[in-house]
Formats: sequence, structure tokens, C-alpha cells
Amino acid sequence: MKSFHSTSLLIILLLFTISVKAQQTPGAIQKNAISIQGATLHNGKGGVIKNSRIDFNNGKITYIGQNNEKHPLATDTKIIKANNQHIYPGFVVPNSTLGLVEIDAVKASKDENETGSFLPHIRSLIAYNTESKVVESMRPNGVLIAEITPRGGRISGTSSVVQLDAWNWEDAYINKDHGIHLNWPSVYKRISHLDKKKKITQDLENYTKEVNKLTFYFEQAKSYRSKEIGTKSIAFEAVKPVFSGNKTLYIHANTKQQIADILLFKEELQIPKIVVVGGYEALSFASELKKAQIPVLVNRPHSLPRQDDEDYDAPFKLATQLTQAGLLVGLEPSGDMERMNARNLPFYAGTCAAYGLSKEEALQLITYNNAQILGINSNYGSLEVGKSATLFISEGDALDMRGNKLTHAFIDGRAVSLKTHQTKLYDRYKNKYKK
Amino acid sequence: MRNLLTYFGILLLFTTAKAQEYFPKNDGVKSRYDAYTLYQNAIIHNPNEKPFKGDLLVFKGKIVKIAKQIAVEDNYISINLDGKHLYPSFIDLTSEFGIKKPTKEQAKKGNGYDATRTGHYWNDHIRPETNASHFFEYEEEEAKKLLQIGFGVVNTHYPDGIMRGTSSLVSLVKNQGAIQSIIKKKASTVLSFDKSILSNQMYPTSTMGAMALIRQTYLDANWYKNNISDYQDLALEALIKQENLPQIFITDNGLDELRAIKIGEEFGKKYLVKGNGFEFENLSTLRKMGNTIIAPLDFPKPYTISHPHVAEKISLKKLKRWDQAPANLMLLYKNEIPFTITTHGLDDLSSFKSNLLLAIKYGLPQEVALASLTSLPAKLLRQNNKIGSLHTEKLANFFITDTPYFNENSNVLAHVVQGKLHNLNALETLNIAGKYSVNHKDFPLSLVYGPEKKQPTKLLWNEEEIDFKHKQLGKDQTLVFEIPESNEMGMYRLLIEAPREKKRLNIWLNTPNGKQRKLTAVRDENFKKKQAKNEQEDLEKPNFSPISFPNMAYGFKTLPETKKFLIKNATLWTNEELGIIENYDVLIKDGLIHKIGRDLSSRNAIIIDATGKHLTSGIIDEHSHIAASAVNEAGHNSTAEVQMEDVIDPTDINIYRNLAGGVTTIQLLHGSANPIGGQSAILKLRWGHQPDELIFKQAPKFIKFALGENVKQSNWGNGYRFPQTRMGVEQVYIDYFNQALAYEQEKNNNSTYRKDIELETLLEIVRSKRFISCHSYVQSEINMLMKVAEQFGFTVNTFTHILEGYKVADKMKKHGAGASTFSDWWAYKYEVNDAIPYNAGILHNQGVVTAINSDDAEMSRRLNQEAAKTIKYGGLSEEDAWKTVTLNPAKLLHIDKYVGSIKEGKHADLVLWSDHPLSIYAKAEKTFVDGKLYFDLEKDKLLRAQNNTLKNKLIQKTLDASQSGSETQDVVEDEKILMHCDTLEERI
Repeated sequence: MKSFHSTSLLIILLLFTISVKAQQTPGAIQKNAISIQGATLHNGKGGVIKNSRIDFNNGKITYIGQNNEKHPLATDTKIIKANNQHIYPGFVVPNSTLGLVEIDAVKASKDENETGSFLPHIRSLIAYNTESKVVESMRPNGVLIAEITPRGGRISGTSSVVQLDAWNWEDAYINKDHGIHLNWPSVYKRISHLDKKKKITQDLENYTKEVNKLTFYFEQAKSYRSKEIGTKSIAFEAVKPVFSGNKTLYIHANTKQQIADILLFKEELQIPKIVVVGGYEALSFASELKKAQIPVLVNRPHSLPRQDDEDYDAPFKLATQLTQAGLLVGLEPSGDMERMNARNLPFYAGTCAAYGLSKEEALQLITYNNAQILGINSNYGSLEVGKSATLFISEGDALDMRGNKLTHAFIDGRAVSLKTHQTKLYDRYKNKYKK
Repeated sequence: MRNLLTYFGILLLFTTAKAQEYFPKNDGVKSRYDAYTLYQNAIIHNPNEKPFKGDLLVFKGKIVKIAKQIAVEDNYISINLDGKHLYPSFIDLTSEFGIKKPTKEQAKKGNGYDATRTGHYWNDHIRPETNASHFFEYEEEEAKKLLQIGFGVVNTHYPDGIMRGTSSLVSLVKNQGAIQSIIKKKASTVLSFDKSILSNQMYPTSTMGAMALIRQTYLDANWYKNNISDYQDLALEALIKQENLPQIFITDNGLDELRAIKIGEEFGKKYLVKGNGFEFENLSTLRKMGNTIIAPLDFPKPYTISHPHVAEKISLKKLKRWDQAPANLMLLYKNEIPFTITTHGLDDLSSFKSNLLLAIKYGLPQEVALASLTSLPAKLLRQNNKIGSLHTEKLANFFITDTPYFNENSNVLAHVVQGKLHNLNALETLNIAGKYSVNHKDFPLSLVYGPEKKQPTKLLWNEEEIDFKHKQLGKDQTLVFEIPESNEMGMYRLLIEAPREKKRLNIWLNTPNGKQRKLTAVRDENFKKKQAKNEQEDLEKPNFSPISFPNMAYGFKTLPETKKFLIKNATLWTNEELGIIENYDVLIKDGLIHKIGRDLSSRNAIIIDATGKHLTSGIIDEHSHIAASAVNEAGHNSTAEVQMEDVIDPTDINIYRNLAGGVTTIQLLHGSANPIGGQSAILKLRWGHQPDELIFKQAPKFIKFALGENVKQSNWGNGYRFPQTRMGVEQVYIDYFNQALAYEQEKNNNSTYRKDIELETLLEIVRSKRFISCHSYVQSEINMLMKVAEQFGFTVNTFTHILEGYKVADKMKKHGAGASTFSDWWAYKYEVNDAIPYNAGILHNQGVVTAINSDDAEMSRRLNQEAAKTIKYGGLSEEDAWKTVTLNPAKLLHIDKYVGSIKEGKHADLVLWSDHPLSIYAKAEKTFVDGKLYFDLEKDKLLRAQNNTLKNKLIQKTLDASQSGSETQDVVEDEKILMHCDTLEERI
């Protein structure tokens, strides 16, 4: 009776888990050492090892080398044969809004844009929904790490970097409150909306006003001393670490005027870490940006040129041009349908390879470079001994749609589920028609 | 000269009195005296005639005699014009003179869908009952400006609505006793694509809706005419009465211009079309159609390039238009396209003449300009018995100029309208432009006058320019200045008497020590000659940048031609039994795939070495919204009457970008605002051609349907429109198909049935003569539509989007529907919560013909990549994956007989890829449509370079123009709004 009771309870529990909680259970902490053997390994920093071997234990990479080299295996090592397959570091997606919005057209599911203008204290991390169906759909494409970024206003708020297989946001973060996102004022203003076209014209007067306002805000923040004031300014407290380099300032900007002024802004306020997000016209200031050590997160290449006259492949080749000019370049996915499209990050990189970069350079954009730009490169973004075992195995070239088929993925050595709401529906209906 | 002016004054008194008047005189006694006015010694200019020196006699507002010499009788007032020039008053066909535009505040507010008027048509934007004369009020100031530039007669209308009613032809003269300004109350009927501001009725929200509405209104008028109706429709009755009037269609862009002409053609109406001034972009169609163009002269101003970053934001299209606009009239003339000239669109009337002269400088003959301002508009309004030239029995409407009108410095001195004289420019009767010098050794002064200025532009002392202050004192002028090397310290004052003759000026000089001297400044004849010489140089025809097809970046100098191409050693993706085959050749001839084989050879074919490359048939996008000026007609829940073919925009740069992505054919679909949308346009991407030339001629008829969140207006609307739920959507279909069947009955049994273009279209669907492409997401509604179709005995051809198709793939297969889906889109709204990227795979495996589409201008240029995702997600073979963007959409569109595979005899719509076409690394290197090379990577490089060169040249030119003092306009960048299914654009 008792045993029946417990069995039925188990069944009920099991059913409950399956029917109510559609999301995947995060992988358990790595218990056994794992050795993947025979694959082509792409280390994310340009290096490739054919017929490789990579071992990891307790979440850390312990060995990387040729498969045929004699190197002792740890006891109880689980061996994964991966001949003719490829190993990559987990892809890193910066400037994403994953987990902040579930369905674009349902207002109740949107948590990306707080009201107000200067909101450095707003923290994306606490709103990040680890159980989002959109988040889990990243993993089967190799996207394992994301920056969760608030949107809107002049200063949107503070972002954090998370790994995409967690129970809650505290498990998830790997770089907490690491950056502030600033939308640089626009040089252009909309003047009308006629004839299916938005009319845009330069408005330097208002622009200058807005830039001055912004600069003044940062000057205030810089001079802010919490001890001298009765009530703490939570906003300035949030900005303060930007001046010490403990936080990165991500400035969203595209036009020449903006980028020229950001260069001045950096110098005037002595802000150690600035990243330009977007950078559509950054090429004109490549040498200045390089000198100021400002990296650029290029917007997804799967975009249209902004003006009729531009080269049809302008967005395809921008990352290549900036890389060749010596800048540190990453790729970011913002724009229409940015969340669900974030899983196409590898194909954004693949496109860059079609337009000038080598495949390994293109890969680096979304691995080591993005990790550097997010300040997590000491542990993530490349496959090196001692770093986190956050990686995946793909049947083929993961930057190409035909080859991007994951068989295994690991985050900090934990085997991650590649099932999703979508694969489950697939299985269900495949089976329906089999019967 | 003084004499002439005095006469003008007297004349005013007399002309107020004319015979047979029936208006009471309330402020005095009626004069019974009618004066004959004789204008003597004028150079009389008439269109299409040689100017001659003669006299002209006016009586009771009309010209009674015109001859080389008319003997003076004692009841004549004669005015000696002494060689001045007489021209018939210009006529403006599209004027809003004397009409106050309505304001939004006057609008009737309804529920947004129903008409708000009683006893009028079902649509508030059809207002043919409007007559301009009811709103007309003479505006003296405005009239003065028009008279000044030569216009004496205008055809004015009430600028509101799609059918705007009748215009009135009026003389620019104030009503006074017997002088009444209206020549013809209903001179023409006026149309536009713009809705009335006086109603908030939504329909039509788009240009295609406006076009459908005009068509239906014409049909209804025809029906109404022949039937006894139980009620009166005052709008249709008014329209019927206007049938034989001249028809004027006002548009503001070149594509709308072609659209207006097209509707007119369908109903046997040759509209006079007010254009946008860039007619040179569509010369081939305009020449073919032969409509008269009412051309504006509002040439774009050069751009203000105040900031270096701004220059590159001006599109090449805008720069070219600025550069080319003055050549428009010349090009119309050269292409034998008739035109008149309007002031419509000019914000500053004083630029009319300078722009007209500029057009002449660019090659428009003066006599053509004159005719297009006088005799031609008169003839078009069928009023050439009254106006348009100077002949007996016509109205005495003419103006007097000092030198020939088309001279740069000529002035309109007076304008006679219906015999009444407006004295415009008396002070400027003497044009003293030139240099006048005082030949006195103590006072070596000279004055230089410019052509348009009354005051001197320069003061010279010993030929050295010195500064001066100027003051006008009545007709005289004073100048105050210092003389640098003078012994006398202080200010000199110079009084210039009003000039009486051109030869000399009388001046009085007050020296600083208080002495006054009278001096004479004599005209320097040599100076004038020097200037004339400069003018001669100016006469050289100006250059303008070549017109390309389309007239913008990446436009062709000449359209691509059909050539013989032999593509050697390619890997062929045939989509046929041959499968994917290496080292194969394809011969393209006469626009078709002529031959496929190994080691083909052909004399005089252009050989393309395709070793290591892949050749496929062109990509077909089943769901596209590029190349369109509109997407949704959202005014009704069924808009089966609207046609995407009406709103093709062949100048959308995305056509070129799609070609660069290997796309050759698209279905341009209506949006998803309504359960029953509009008719599709199936297009080939023939970049550079006229709108209608893009249409895929052999393609069958299609229509867009839509289900779900968009049609029930989930996130917008006021809740009035049915349906607001999926339950209602079903009933919409059943109701409309029943209406269509009832209509069929009526049509078969009643010879005078009312033709309804919406129901005609719906009937085609029920009778399987038109196929449906239905926007759809969730399984319930997909199933519903199939059941409704089965109930009415037809098949749903295609479900587009169809993101839950995988849930009902078996049912779709059974019904016979195809699927056209996204590769991996989801999560953008609630109804796509269960959308999965494996959808295409399941559908395909269930035997449903499955295509991958874009619905997006960005994705459409990478459809090869989207097709490849079916390999990743659905496990399709490479060959099957490739078919999802080529053969399968061709099948869905029923054009697989012509395109979709590489087969002898099919259209040569081919793409040469640098790499495996499904790989992320592949680039389209060459894209052929109909055997013509529309995109070529090598040519693209060349075009980029040419664009840059031309752009730099034109930016330099615009800089030069602004530096030489031309008025400029701010740079405004157009950001395209990329259209999707749910783009709702309101035509204002």
C-alpha cells in the first residue's frame, strides 16, 4: 500500500513536472571528468586543432591537445567520441534582452524598458526570467552566455552577464551588474511621417543641449561623495564604478558626430572602459577608437543598409572592415525580434566570414571578442586549460545553418539539455503522424 | 510714359460701366457710357503666331478688333503702348485661388467606418457634388501676385477629397457691377488620391483603396444612370452630370501620376494629370499613354550643406532630381508629351518666371512655353473661343510687358482682365539697368543699376566702388556717402530724381560744406553691351546628370538587354530529374533556358566560366512586401477589390538588394489587416522598368486572406469593426461567399446589374479562378478556413506563415493546401507561441508543398540561408531544402511551368553563386531575369564607383549654387519604413 502510494505519488509528480513545467531542468554539477576526442576544436581565439582531445573536470578545462598524444585520463572519465564533429566555446551574445520579454505583442510580458530617462540604478538581472521559452531556445544553436540589457531612456540601466542554464537569476549570473547602457543623444530628429517614409533632419542645437545635459550628469556623478550627503543617491552610486573601471560604459551610438563626441567624452571624463554599441559609421574614426581602446559591438549583419545609396553588403562587411582597421569587434543582435533571433548569432558571424573575415576570425567575434567586451574573458569565450568548460559539440560547421547541429553542450562542465518547448512540440507531432 | 499712367487712371472709371448690366448701382448713379479702349502700337504676341506690331480695340470686356492699324474714332480712349508687348493672359488649370481649405475642425465625426453624410454616396471621400464657385471669394493680394507673373485666368477648385467636384474658371478680376469673374462655373471635374479632411471615414486608407473606390464609383454612376433607383444619390447624380467635362487628376508623385492615368484608361477618360515635375523619370509610359501633363515649376532648391556629415545623407536620387528638374519641360516637349504649366506647388509665386526661364534655358522653346500657358489650357477646357489668345470676340484678358516676356529683365507693367486694367508696375515702367556716369572732372561719379533693383547696386568714384547708404523718398532716392580722397571732410548727399528716360538721370549733389550742384548722369552704352555679351555666354545649354533607370543609385544607364549567354562548368541545381549535377553548361537564348548539357558551345554567346560555382534557378519569395507603395487597405473587413498591381513601386532599392540575394520573382501580397485582403501582384524583379512591366504576365490571379490577431485588431482599433474574435472571422467568410453567389445569380439574370468589383473578385475565388494565400498561425482557424472553403466547393491554395501548420499537416494534405512559412520566426505575438522551426520539415514530410518565405525586405535577400535552416531543423535533404525557395513556391503560385527549375524552355531566371547556395558563405554573383543580367557583382562595383563620382559632383554643384546665393533647403533623409503584413499606413 505504502509502496503503491509512493509510486503513484511519483507518477503524479512526474506527470506534474512534464505537463506544468515545460522548461528544461538545469544540468547537474559535473561529477565525472569528461574527455571529448576526435573532433576539430576551434578555441575561439583563432586556433584550430584537428583530431583533438579536450578534457574537463569540476567545470574546468584540464587538457587540450591532439587526440593521439599520450596524456593521462582522470579516473572515471566519461569519453565522448566526436570524430568528424566540431567543438566550440559557448557563443556569447551581448546586448540582448533575453528573459526580459516573453512575447513582443503582449504588454504584460514586457520588462525591458523602465519609465524615465536617467536610470543607471535599474538592474536587469533581477527581472531576468531563467525559465523563458525563448532563453532555452538559444542552447541548441550554441548560444550559452548572454548579457541581459535593459532598453530605453538616456541611461537604460545596469546589465549583467548570465549563463543560459539556471534555476534562478542568482545561479545564472557570471558577471553581476557589470555595465551601464547609455543611449547617446541623436544628431537627427524625425520631422514627419508622410509618404511611408520617416523624414529625418539634423538637429545640432537640440543635440548639443542633450550632450551637455548628459556630460553634466556624469560630472556630477564623478564628484559624488556618498559620505558627504545625507541621503544616498542610488543613481550616482550606480554610475560611480564607471570612473574606476569597475563597470563598463556601453554607449549605443551609430553616427560620426556621436562617435566623435564619445571620444571627447571619454577623454574629458577619464572613463577607463567604454564600448560603442552599434557603430554603423565607426569606420571613419577607426584609428581614434583604436587609440582610445574603445571596442565596437557591431549590430547584427543581417540588417539592411540605412540608405538607398549604400553598398548592398554594407552591414555584411562592417565587422570585417572594423576588424581589419585594428579594432576589437564583437557582434550584437539588437533590433526587430531581437530575442528569438539571438539564436542566429552564429549565422551573423558566418555572414562576416562570407564578407572578408576568415572563419576563425568570424568565430572569434562571438566568442573571445564578445567575452572580452563583457569582461568575462578570464573564464569564458575561449577554450584554454584552466578556463570554464563552457562549450558544445556540433555535427558540422556551427557558423553555417547546415552544420550547426548540436549533440552536446556544457556550461561550467554541466551537461546542458538541448531540448526546448519547440523540440518537444516537434517530437510530439512527429509521433502523431507516425501513428 | 506719364501720359500712359494718367490714361490708366481714367480708364478705370469707364471700364466699370458696361452695357446690358442688371446689377443695381447702390453707391451712385449708373453711367450709361461705354468706352472703347484702343491699345495702339503694341507688339502683339499670340501662341503659334508670329508677333506683329498692331492695335487692339477693347469694348465691353472683349476684344472687338485687332489689326495692324486701327483708325481712332472720337469715342475711343487710346493708349499708345509705344512698342510694348501684349500677351494673352496665362491660364492655370490647377489652382486653389480664392478657396479657403477646409479644416479638421469642420469634419463630421463618425465611427470611422460608416459614411457620415445623408443622401450621398456610401463613401465620404467621393464629393462630386462640390462646386468651387460656392466657396469662391476673390483674394485681391493673391490675384495681384498672379497678375504680376502673367496669369489672368485660373481654374480653381475645392482641394478636398478624392472626387473633388467641379472647378470654376475665373478671371482674376474683382466683381464690380457688370464685371463678374466667373467665366465658367463648372469648367472641369477634379480628382486626387487624397481623402477628404471633412470626414473620419477610414476607407480608403491606401492609394490602392482610393483607386478601387474611384473604379467602383464610376461603375456605380453607370449603373445609377440606367436604373430607376428607389432613392436619390446626390453624389452620383452630380458625377453623372460631369461625365463630359474635362477631367483633371491631381497627384504629387510620379507613381501616382501613372496610377491616375491607368484608371482613366480603364474608363475611357484621358485625365489631364497634374504631375510632380519629375516626369522625365517615366517618359516611356507617359509617351505611350499620351495624357496631357499639368506640370509644376517648383524645382527643388539646392541643399544646405552646412555640416560635413550631412552631405552624405542626401540621396543620389534627390541630388539628381534637383539637378535634372529644370530639364523636365524640355524632355516632355522632346518626347511629344503635351503639357501645360501650373503655379501649383510654388510656395513663392515670384519664382515662377525665373523657373520658367530656367526651363527655357534647358531647351524648352519659348513658343511652346507660351502655348502651354495660353492656347493649350484654353483648348483643354474647351474655352478657346473666349480665352487663350488675342483674337476678336475673345475676352480682353492680356498683359503688357516692357520687353518681351521671356527676357530676363522684362516686367509686367499692367494686366487687363475682362477689359479692366490692373496697373501693376508703374514705377518700374522704365528699366534702367545699366551704368550711368557723371562726366565732370571734379565729380567722377558713376551709378550702376541691376536688372530688378530700383536702387543703384553700386556707386563708383573714379571707377572705385565706395560704400553708401540709400533712402527712398517717394519716387526720388538719396544716397549718403563719403569720398575717400576728398578735401572736404564729411558726408556727401546725392538726390536722384525719378527717371524719366533711359538716357540720363538728373541728380543733385550736396557736398559736405553745404553746396548744391545739379548734375547729369549719362547712360554708358558700352556697359550694356558688355553685359549682353555675358548673357550670350549664359545661353549655352546647361548640363544635367543623365537620367537612369530607375533614376537613383544603382539605376541603369540603359536597361539590360536579352543576350546569348553560355554558362560553362557549373554545378547545376536543376530541381529536376537530373538533380544536382557537376560540370554542366547552360545556354541562355531569347530570355529562355535554351539548352542544358556538357561541353555545349555556341557561336557569339557570351561565355561565363562557372568552374567551382553553382548555378540555380532564381529564388521565388511567396510572401513579399517590397516594391510596394502600400501594403494594407485597412478600411473594411473585406477589401477584395484592391489590387497590389496598382501600387507597385519599381524604384524600391530593395528590388536591387533582392536581386543581389538571388531573388527573381516575388508575390507582392496585401497585408493582413482584414480577413479578406487585396489582390496580389506577382512580379519579376525587373529593376529599372516601369511599374506595370514588372508584372509576371503568365501568373494566375491571387488574393490575400488573413486570420487571427491582426484581423481582429488585437492591439489597435476602436472595437467597432467586425470581427473582433476568431469566431467572427468565420462568419465574415461565409457571409461574403454567400453574397458572391447571390451576386452571380443577379449577374446571370439581370442585364442591368450593378457591377461590384469586390464581389466579382470573391466570385472568382468561389469558382476557383483566383487562388488564396492566407496569412495564418493557429491550427483552429486554419482548419476553419479549409472547412469553409470545402463548404463552398473550392480549395485554399496556400496558407502563408502557417506556423502551426505542423499540427494540422494531415488535414492540409487532405484538403490540398500548400504551405509557405518562416524558417524560424516566433515569439513576437501570442499566436506564435507554438511556432516551431521544425514546421517546414513536418509539413514537407507529410507531403504538403512547402515553401520558405520572407515577409521582410531584409530576410528576403538571404532566403537561401533561410532554406538551409530546414536542413538544421527539419532534416530535409539539400535538394529538398533548396526547392523550398524555388520550385515549391513556383508550384504554390502555379508558375512552375515557367520558373522554379533549370529546364530547357523555362524562363532564364538564374543565379550564379560563389559557393554552395545553401551555405552561409555563398554570394550571388550574377542574377538573370528573362535571360537579362540584372545583377552582376562586377557591375555592382562599377555602379558604386559611378554613384560616388556623380554624388560628389552634384554635392559640389549644390554647394556652388548655395554659395552663389540661391535659396537652399535643409537636408532631409528619408528613412524607409520597411513593410510587413501588419504595416498600417494611413494616407493623409
